[in-house]
Amino acid sequence: MGKAIVITSGKGGVGKTTTTANIGAGLAALGQQVALIDADIGLRNLDLFMGLENRVVYHLVDVVEGRASWKKAIIRDKRFENLVLLPSAQVRDKDSVTPEQMKELVTEMKQEFDFVLVDCPAGIERGFKNAIAGADQALMVVNPEVSSVRDADRVIGLLEADGISDIKLIVNRLRPSMVKRGEMLAIKDIVDLLAVKLIGVVPEDEGIVISSNRGEPIALTQSAKAGLAFQNISRRLLGEEVPFVEWHDNDTFFGRLKKLFGME
Amino acid sequence: MFDLRRLWGGKRGSREQAKERLQLILIHDRSSLSPELLDLIKQRILSVLNEFVEIDEQGLAIDLEQTEETSALITNIPIKAVRRNVRA
Repeated sequence: MGKAIVITSGKGGVGKTTTTANIGAGLAALGQQVALIDADIGLRNLDLFMGLENRVVYHLVDVVEGRASWKKAIIRDKRFENLVLLPSAQVRDKDSVTPEQMKELVTEMKQEFDFVLVDCPAGIERGFKNAIAGADQALMVVNPEVSSVRDADRVIGLLEADGISDIKLIVNRLRPSMVKRGEMLAIKDIVDLLAVKLIGVVPEDEGIVISSNRGEPIALTQSAKAGLAFQNISRRLLGEEVPFVEWHDNDTFFGRLKKLFGME
Repeated sequence: MFDLRRLWGGKRGSREQAKERLQLILIHDRSSLSPELLDLIKQRILSVLNEFVEIDEQGLAIDLEQTEETSALITNIPIKAVRRNVRA
């Protein structure tokens, strides 16, 4: 029996879908059987990040309403045969799925996969309640920025009220040079404020935009900083002790200088 | 990068400000009660008090008052009559 993990944040635009795609690819690269569920009903996007948008036939609402079985609706990844996606619907009626139905679906899929990752929509309404319904564990994606941290705190409270106590933090889009200048919340500040255990830090990386343009998760690119960060998170999810990397950017004066002299 | 403002004891980095503001916001957010929860508290208070006194349910108000240091539930419960059959 596998584990269901919801990827959530409260605030929109912090990188939930990117995180879901990349941890999914990361876990699959490590040989795990992985299913991704896009629970953002009405705004389908996870298929784009995976480069699978042309193969969507059935979706989550079809499955819940019995028009297709989940086995029929899932799309197998191009790169890994042990990675599948259950896409979201683009119907307007967001209330077409209930938390009970989601729980049933996730529980069933857990029988066949090591990991079922649920990409949660932004907000704390029905879509959020659906996405967390079957989860054993939650990954909170947060940006080093006041509104994101505040929303994350709210969501942590809601998760705990719902009985999900295994919550881990991913700090996404960190800009080390700003932290160094004292102009951005540091990892320690965020961990202290939210009092949740850290599982990963992903630095801001233009490679993310490029990888989403291409529909290729960056976790498959060894050389990319963000790719390495997502691989490390995947390994930590499997219980491996992976030391946290100290990120540096090259956009500081000395960074550029070092690069110029080939010191970096 | 080298920040001259800080060298001359000018403005602090915004990181400190963000941290301090969040510390206050989170304390406030965590202590606030949702309208649903307030309603539930109201119902429970009513049902307990109803055993002893007759209450003007329409006039009953309950609010959470918060300052930076304290939180208090403030309630005003208008009594219509004391029930006679209640034994102490």
